Amino acid sequence: MSDTSAPPATRIEPPVTEEAEGFWDATRRRELVLPWCGHCRRAFWYPRPVCPSCLRPDVGWKPASGRGQVHAVSVMYRPANPTMAGRVPYAVALVDLDEGVRVMSNVVGIEASEVKVGMDVAVTWEAMSDGRNLPLFAPDARTP
Amino acid sequence: MSADTIRGKAAIAGVADAASPTGDLELHGRALEAAMVREALDDAGLGPGDVDGLFAAGEAMGLAEFLGMRPRWLDSTMTGGSSFEFHVQHAATAIALGLCDVAVSVYASTPHSDGKRAAAARASGGGGPGGGGPAGFGGGPGGAWRPPGPYPAMAWEMPYGLRMPIGAYALAASRHMSEFGSTAEQLAQIAVSTREWATRNPRARFQQPLTVDEVLASELICSPLHKLDCCLRTDGAGAFVMTSAERARDLAKPPVYVLGAGSGVSHSIISQMPDLTTTATTVSGPIAFEMAGIDHGDVDLLMLYDSFTITTLLLVEDLGFCKKGEGGSFVEDGKLGPGGSLPTNTNGGGLSYTHPGMYGMFLVVEAARQLRGEAGDRQLPRCDVAVASGSGGVLSAMSTCVLGSEAAL
Repeated sequence: MSDTSAPPATRIEPPVTEEAEGFWDATRRRELVLPWCGHCRRAFWYPRPVCPSCLRPDVGWKPASGRGQVHAVSVMYRPANPTMAGRVPYAVALVDLDEGVRVMSNVVGIEASEVKVGMDVAVTWEAMSDGRNLPLFAPDARTP
Repeated sequence: MSADTIRGKAAIAGVADAASPTGDLELHGRALEAAMVREALDDAGLGPGDVDGLFAAGEAMGLAEFLGMRPRWLDSTMTGGSSFEFHVQHAATAIALGLCDVAVSVYASTPHSDGKRAAAARASGGGGPGGGGPAGFGGGPGGAWRPPGPYPAMAWEMPYGLRMPIGAYALAASRHMSEFGSTAEQLAQIAVSTREWATRNPRARFQQPLTVDEVLASELICSPLHKLDCCLRTDGAGAFVMTSAERARDLAKPPVYVLGAGSGVSHSIISQMPDLTTTATTVSGPIAFEMAGIDHGDVDLLMLYDSFTITTLLLVEDLGFCKKGEGGSFVEDGKLGPGGSLPTNTNGGGLSYTHPGMYGMFLVVEAARQLRGEAGDRQLPRCDVAVASGSGGVLSAMSTCVLGSEAAL
């Protein structure tokens, strides 16, 4: 599957804030990175200029495995907003990444109603209107 | 721990609330707030000139000016639906310390009739209040980014189209079901028991009995939550007056004493909730119960925030009426309804009475009415201890008050 031209801006696209620039830059290369505290030596979520455990500004970026498990899931039978109307039903999930952080995303590549808690998932990407890519998740083919 | 210092020091002396079976109220805005303040003060036998503490879930300074008040204690604590349980806690503390003498908390919201008013204003050529919901939740059309106000972290949720606020609660329900095996039928029973109470409230929006099958047959909006797992969206308003226990004893109505109060905050957005099945009510509840010196068996009435059926389920567990995870089987025999062993949400709740957006005001008002024996057809035969437990944000900011009659003091 190739997407040489960016699709129209369908979803609500968040701005590139200063503290999230590293995250969004990596998505242009379809790389998932997480904010990392050099003092606590662990990842945290969401990106902010200080670590939410120690409040030190010793924050950098580390590549993530892109693998995780569905912690909770809800299927939207009504869209959250008009930009999502063409996608119903779609699955919104909280995904526990192997690095120990929990993120919100969509699980795609499977019937929304088939997405289950505990399911292994891996990151996949959806092009955004400005060259960034939005991390989504799909069932992890590497596990049975 | 010296958390017993405010026990019995302050009391609710007056209450008022407004709701209607049509969902509409005639007044709105500041006029509705003023009407509630006046009614609650009348109920207490006090006047506006007595008020020296003003509480609102939002900007309270302009409200003070509008009401012609010059308070020496001002509190704009805004935690969504639980704001008014926080207000009880804060007002009791300020009164106990002598920092204010008569406190009023007020709330008015008219989402049910606002649209009609705006349409009427447009039809008559006036500008009228513009459309557009709150920033953040829901987002704007055409992929446009709308600033999420004080919650910029929502940028990490909004692209994924979680319908709000129901979707956040649906995720909690999903986790509760998978972790503990609770069922859609058990959640539905909460809506059914609450509706049973609403049949006894002539001002409730919905007064017809409801069945579990009807809840399950209603539209599945965000799995596992159905339309009838959701609270209403109605006009509504209310106010309460608090003063010192001593002064309250000389006023028009029997005092409703604040026996205990506690709060806890765990997150703002749902993806940051530390544990989707355990709220900070596990913090607020024990503080309030210990301060009040009560045990679960002492509680005659539970007023639990019911934005969604799962909210009530989590609060029953987190207050310790059953073990974590066992809330589904705990409620499925209907014990929350009339004739049950744990009367809960006797006004019909946010699910069937009224829900103008921040429902916590009505928890306090109904608890006071039950403790004073003024609840009409739904009056409990014995009510000396009531617990009002609010939930604000998305299971984020939790606050619990233990209220009691003279007999419980």
